[in-house]
Amino acid sequence: MSQSKVQIKNLYKIFGKTPKKVLAQVKAGMGKPELLEQTGHVLGIQNVSLDIPEKRIQVVMGLSGSGKSTLIRHINRLIEPTDGQILIDGEDVLSMSDKQLREVRRKKTSMVFQKFGLLPHRKVAENVGYGLEVQGVSSDEIAKRAQHWIDRVGLTGYENHYPGQLSGGMQQRVGLARALATDAEILLMDEAFSALDPLIRYDMQSILLELQDELHKTIIFITHDLDEALRLGDKIAILRDGALIQEGTAPQIVLTPADDYIADFTKDINRGKVIRLKALAAAGSPYDGAMIDGSTVLADALLPLSQAPDQRLGVTDANGAYLGAVTLTQAIAALQG
Amino acid sequence: MEFFEEFPSLGRKTLSGMKQAVDETFKGFSRAYGEQLENFFDPLLRFLIWFERLLEATPWPIILLVVGALAWIGSRSWKITAGSVLAFVVIGVLDMWEDTMATLAIISVATLLCIAIGIPIGILMSRSDRMQAIITPILDVMQTIPSFVYLIPVVMLLGIGKVPGLIAVCIYAIPPIVRLTNLGIRLVDKDVLEAADAFGTSPWQKLWGVQVPLALPNIFAGINQTIMMALSMVVIASMIGVKGLGVPVLRAISNQYLALGLMNGLAIVALAIIFDRVSQTYGKRLQAYRQGGK
Ligand SMILES: Nc1ncnc2c1ncn2[C@@H]1O[C@H](COP(=O)(O)OP(=O)(O)OP(=O)(O)O)[C@@H](O)[C@H]1O
Ligand SMILES: [Mg+2]
Repeated sequence: MSQSKVQIKNLYKIFGKTPKKVLAQVKAGMGKPELLEQTGHVLGIQNVSLDIPEKRIQVVMGLSGSGKSTLIRHINRLIEPTDGQILIDGEDVLSMSDKQLREVRRKKTSMVFQKFGLLPHRKVAENVGYGLEVQGVSSDEIAKRAQHWIDRVGLTGYENHYPGQLSGGMQQRVGLARALATDAEILLMDEAFSALDPLIRYDMQSILLELQDELHKTIIFITHDLDEALRLGDKIAILRDGALIQEGTAPQIVLTPADDYIADFTKDINRGKVIRLKALAAAGSPYDGAMIDGSTVLADALLPLSQAPDQRLGVTDANGAYLGAVTLTQAIAALQG
Repeated sequence: MEFFEEFPSLGRKTLSGMKQAVDETFKGFSRAYGEQLENFFDPLLRFLIWFERLLEATPWPIILLVVGALAWIGSRSWKITAGSVLAFVVIGVLDMWEDTMATLAIISVATLLCIAIGIPIGILMSRSDRMQAIITPILDVMQTIPSFVYLIPVVMLLGIGKVPGLIAVCIYAIPPIVRLTNLGIRLVDKDVLEAADAFGTSPWQKLWGVQVPLALPNIFAGINQTIMMALSMVVIASMIGVKGLGVPVLRAISNQYLALGLMNGLAIVALAIIFDRVSQTYGKRLQAYRQGGK
């Protein structure tokens, strides 16, 4: 995968009166419940290291309270860590002055919030242009660029409405347009679609994927919903009690869950629509029969497999290079998990 | 037993010595700095006098027009506009025009002064808990101490006249605007502030672009209360030489003129109602976006 845009290194965040003092105990292995009981401190993040690839969607998943929001807020330093390092393009965010940090927040990162975080006293167009206004861009330019993004998220005609006059889904489109308007390379999305009902949510995911096809942003997307994670994520990281317990591509998570917690997460998922043949293709014996594209999901591969002469097909990558062979039995086994 | 029957107070001599010492120190201070203080307040005095003269010299139909226009701009309501103009007509018919103009002048200047001083203090207070802890008790004292008590040092320092009257009115009327500015800013939604931070908003941009605009409805409630309290000080202010509707009320008290007292008292009430309605409806319109209106 491409190079890292954001690197998180050995990050710790402890909430409480004297986090530095209890840090040693946490590093020595004290868990979240014991820490709370013995010291009254809440463990937000413990020893998380994560390399976030450029121009991809990195999903961070976990149950409520697992530290997702805390983690994402460290990237633009809305939260100060107790210990650890954050690098954006190799630059240490934590050693920046207030001014440098503001510059990063203006130009490099932008954010979409679960509760939208729109400015209620400003109209849609003014909200979308907010990031540009903060940067001191001229008002003509703001109007032009705001209009462009309003059109892109499908809110044409609503420029002069206040956020309070829009539905949740529309408000989040404003939030998305506001985040895109600054042309920042990194998009931080904290449960951006969680407050929306399922249909609207699916719509918003589609809008995001469509935009991403063309914009190639580095997106860090927080969710507690596995379907959303699998649909959007090029890479998925799973948090529990502030610790990173597994990281990988969607099929890796589904096929080889690191522990019961993750297996529990993935057990209800439609594996046929997540696992792709290339994950199963075992390199080895050459195969001279028919070939199939490795990005085919299992559900679509069963029929061709069963129709193949020995119920076996060769798998190729996107460039047509041979990866290995897959049998129907293998595919069915993978489906059942 | 004697010990328990009467509180063991300090001797009369000690006490009067202490009081005298305080009085003397203060008098000394006022002798030394009284003039500088007067000079300091001179621009304010000039402005007040200028404004008073302006109101008195302007032909009454124009004042009526201005009152109507301001009421309309503020409230966008025909009822309130018509009511305001009518109230001023009645005041004029009952020969209280001049006193009303004088009162309007001092109330306007006092309100402007309270806004100019109170909002920055409120902002300061909202930015640090320490500041809030220091200023809140001072405001409490300002609101509860009987106004006659702080009239004494004010008069000792500046004598009798318009400026001490103005200061007395401001001391009494400024707390609400300070409090509500502070409260309004503190109540601004944390999520909105976080979003502003995430886009690299500087503290100054955040204050004027997000916090103050969103606190405006509360700030306006504060201005409204400040005006009301300033009006309620009109009679007391007239005791130390402020012209206006308070003067006839004072005369009515000492001579037992019931009708005179009532008339002027009601004129004050009328002003209060007009100010209140206009500023309240204006405040409501400021937050139209909350109801989803345009
Ligand atoms: N300001 C704070 N003070 C104390 N504890 C906090 C604070 N913020 C978060 N926490 C704690 O840190 C932990 C992680 O919280 P966080 O908000 O990051 O969870 P989350 O994964 O985003 O959950 P959700 O899905 O509900 O948004 C929780 O136990 C929470 O109680
Ligand atoms: Mg969260």
